Amino acid sequence: MNTAALNRFEKSAKIFRPIKKFLGPTGFGLLVALILELIIFTSLSPYFLNSTNFSNIGRAMVIIGIGSIGATIVIISGGFDLSVGSVMAASGMLAAFVINQGQPNLVGVVLALMLGCAIGLLNGFVIGYLRINPLIATLAMLSIVRGLAYIISGGDAVVVSNSSFLAIGTDSLFGIPLTVWIFVTLFLSVGFLMPRTHFGRYVYAIGSNSRAARLAGIFVNRWTLVFYAFSGTTAALAGYVTVARTGQAEPSANIGAELDMITAVILGGTSLSGGKGRLFGTFLAIVVLAILANGLILIGVPSYWQLPVKGCVLMGAIIWGELHNASRDKS
Amino acid sequence: MTEHSILRTANLSKSFGSVSVLSSIDFHVDPNESLGLIGDNGAGKSTLVKIIAGVYAPSGGEIFFNGKPVTFRNPQDARAAGIEIIYQDLALCNELDAASNIFLGRESTKNLGIARWLDRNGMMQEARAALAELGADIVPDQLVGSMSGGQRQLVSVARALQFAPKLLLMDEPTAALSNTKIHLLLNLVKNLQKKGISVVFISHRFTDLVAVCDRIVAMREGKISAEIKPADTKPSDLMSIMQTALSGEEVV
Repeated sequence: MNTAALNRFEKSAKIFRPIKKFLGPTGFGLLVALILELIIFTSLSPYFLNSTNFSNIGRAMVIIGIGSIGATIVIISGGFDLSVGSVMAASGMLAAFVINQGQPNLVGVVLALMLGCAIGLLNGFVIGYLRINPLIATLAMLSIVRGLAYIISGGDAVVVSNSSFLAIGTDSLFGIPLTVWIFVTLFLSVGFLMPRTHFGRYVYAIGSNSRAARLAGIFVNRWTLVFYAFSGTTAALAGYVTVARTGQAEPSANIGAELDMITAVILGGTSLSGGKGRLFGTFLAIVVLAILANGLILIGVPSYWQLPVKGCVLMGAIIWGELHNASRDKS
Repeated sequence: MTEHSILRTANLSKSFGSVSVLSSIDFHVDPNESLGLIGDNGAGKSTLVKIIAGVYAPSGGEIFFNGKPVTFRNPQDARAAGIEIIYQDLALCNELDAASNIFLGRESTKNLGIARWLDRNGMMQEARAALAELGADIVPDQLVGSMSGGQRQLVSVARALQFAPKLLLMDEPTAALSNTKIHLLLNLVKNLQKKGISVVFISHRFTDLVAVCDRIVAMREGKISAEIKPADTKPSDLMSIMQTALSGEEVV
């Protein structure tokens, strides 16, 4: 589609203007994609539109969803965190290990979150204080922490039988899976806090111009610690939920999860150069990607085709964004 | 130098590694004074004001502010003492709006139960008032990235004035402005003086300095090479004194 056609399409869609204004151009595009998905998959598969399937979609999306909250924060702040997939595996492993030792569920989750937070702090220290490029620092951490997951378990999967723990991954409340409640609550709380706290404002300020932020008296290094610690903590929670859902902690779990999160963050309109982006965009992207993955399976597309489709969606989204920017700059 | 200099440096020096950038700088700014700082690239003007603003730590010497010795560990310390600086590149966050930039690092908060929350409405209103006072045609929720050079400059001025500074440092504020905008800025500096704010004004443009400054200090190779008061100097002598001070050679 060329920009003229794009403009015509936009003019014809005047009634959507208030929605568009609220969602922004990227969010509006995602909403359109979401509606198209619902229409296409409903018409192509009799199994798509029912509550069981939607519970499945929900359970599938929360793991990447929870982690992508932290990923969004780090990327808006101008950083990058490749270690989250490994953090998920190691934290989940630690939780499984501790619970199997007979410790209460709460101890398991607290220790898992502390591990994720500690790894995040270490990332933040290396990036903020030692001035190592975030891609390299977190790539190294990816290997280190993945190794840690193997070391904790001796290379084997750890099966968890504690029923109260597994209930977190399988129970529902008012017909909606518990894990979806956790994800949505976390997402709404962070989304509510972002515009109202120093944390939220400095994420954008540091991502926009870290030198200006430092000169304005913001302790950029300390906030870098906070952002990566936050990312590590949400990744740890995602790892914990993974184990609760599958009933076992595998050292090889969640390989490549960081790429799924980054896909969602970029698809959601966050700029890789920092300073720009919205948590709600990431949320919509997570939903769009989860429905896409589920729908492709239901209509019988072989699973190998999912990766290229996901890649094309990402590529399409970026081109869409560029075209939109180009048409706006001209007008 | 008067007994009551608002700012004074004694034997101030700065080296980056083995390179000496400033040596034995004895410099002062008097209350209500508008001081011009002139010199070639690399003369050390920017380094001097950045030390005063807490960006760099001096390698040696002392700084007195309001007669008391001070050590600024960071820009936050200098701002708390009442020293503001407008950087050459303005140091604004393009992705934030004008109000967020004006209050950056010093956000107003309100206590609501368990935590301190940003007072977004309060900051928006104060920013609107501050921009209006400068005669700026800027709405406080406009993104700085979408503004013209002159508007951006006004946002950085509003930020510097928001917390009632005693000393304002301006690093090449006219460099990115058109001639009409420069005129407005020079008027602004005169107004600041009336409000009792001392100004240090770095510029390459000697005529700008003569227009607004009570005193002009020239720097060369990390040292102060001349000091003149335009009011006490014959206009015909100004240029030659300056050229001697800047080049280190006698002008015949």
